[in-house]
Amino acid sequence: MENKNSFSMTVLSKSVNESFVRSVVSAFALGLDPTVEEISDIKTAVSEAVTNCIVHAYKDTIGKIYISCEIKDNVLSVKIRDRGVGIENIEQAMEPLFTTSDDERAGLGFAVMESFMDSIKVRSAVGKGTTVLLKKHISVRYANKKQR
Amino acid sequence: MAVEISARGEVLTAVLIGEIDHHSAFYIRKEIDSAIELNMPSLLILDFERVTFMDSSGIGLVMGRYKTIAKRCGEVHVVGAKPQIYKVMKLSGLERLVRLEKCS
Ligand SMILES: Nc1ncnc2c1ncn2[C@@H]1O[C@H](COP(=O)(O)OP(=O)(O)O)[C@@H](O)[C@H]1O
Ligand SMILES: [Mg+2]
Repeated sequence: MENKNSFSMTVLSKSVNESFVRSVVSAFALGLDPTVEEISDIKTAVSEAVTNCIVHAYKDTIGKIYISCEIKDNVLSVKIRDRGVGIENIEQAMEPLFTTSDDERAGLGFAVMESFMDSIKVRSAVGKGTTVLLKKHISVRYANKKQR
Repeated sequence: MAVEISARGEVLTAVLIGEIDHHSAFYIRKEIDSAIELNMPSLLILDFERVTFMDSSGIGLVMGRYKTIAKRCGEVHVVGAKPQIYKVMKLSGLERLVRLEKCS
């Protein structure tokens, strides 16, 4: 039995879109019958990635954020891409507590994405932009499904 | 997002309602900071019971208020954190600085 679905969307880097995007992605993930905790994890990780595009990638401008999502078998993949400033040193950027912002950022966005999702891949080029690919496996809950 | 603030002697309580992200944190921060300035509390209670979502912007929010209060040797207590919120707070090691109470 193959379970495959996808969608993509583009939003402007406005802070109101943080809640919009995480709601859309978590609604899409409902197709995998996740637990409450799994949905929260996805919401939180997506919120971090989108916020980074808004506060870092397009710091002093408004640009486009490209989101594409895929469900394949039992894995949710979320790709979040910007054409902003890019990251010079990805390894350093991903260290917990590292931040280049002085605006009460905790430097924990990547740490949240890493610990709440199964995998994270970051590609970036200075002056060109950044792509974050997040994946999470959602386990099948047969027992629950039969009861319905 | 909304904040309900009440002061009683040295204790300032802020009840946060709704979702905390970078977008809403800006407003919450302003509200709490002006109440801190006005009341000079020695204890700030941040009530998270009615918070339905929080990302790492919420950590920045708590840390920022902690810095202000700690300067005056005060304390910050976080109460009512639901599982999702508690999970984000634990990851940050926030409990080393503030008293962190889970939702019962
Ligand atoms: N999309 C992005 N574009 C440019 N820089 C980024 C992006 N995402 C993250 N960064 C850089 O990585 C650092 C760490 O990000 P993060 O862990 O989310 O912490 P924070 O957002 O609190 O600074 C940021 O301070 C920033 O310098
Ligand atoms: Mg971040």
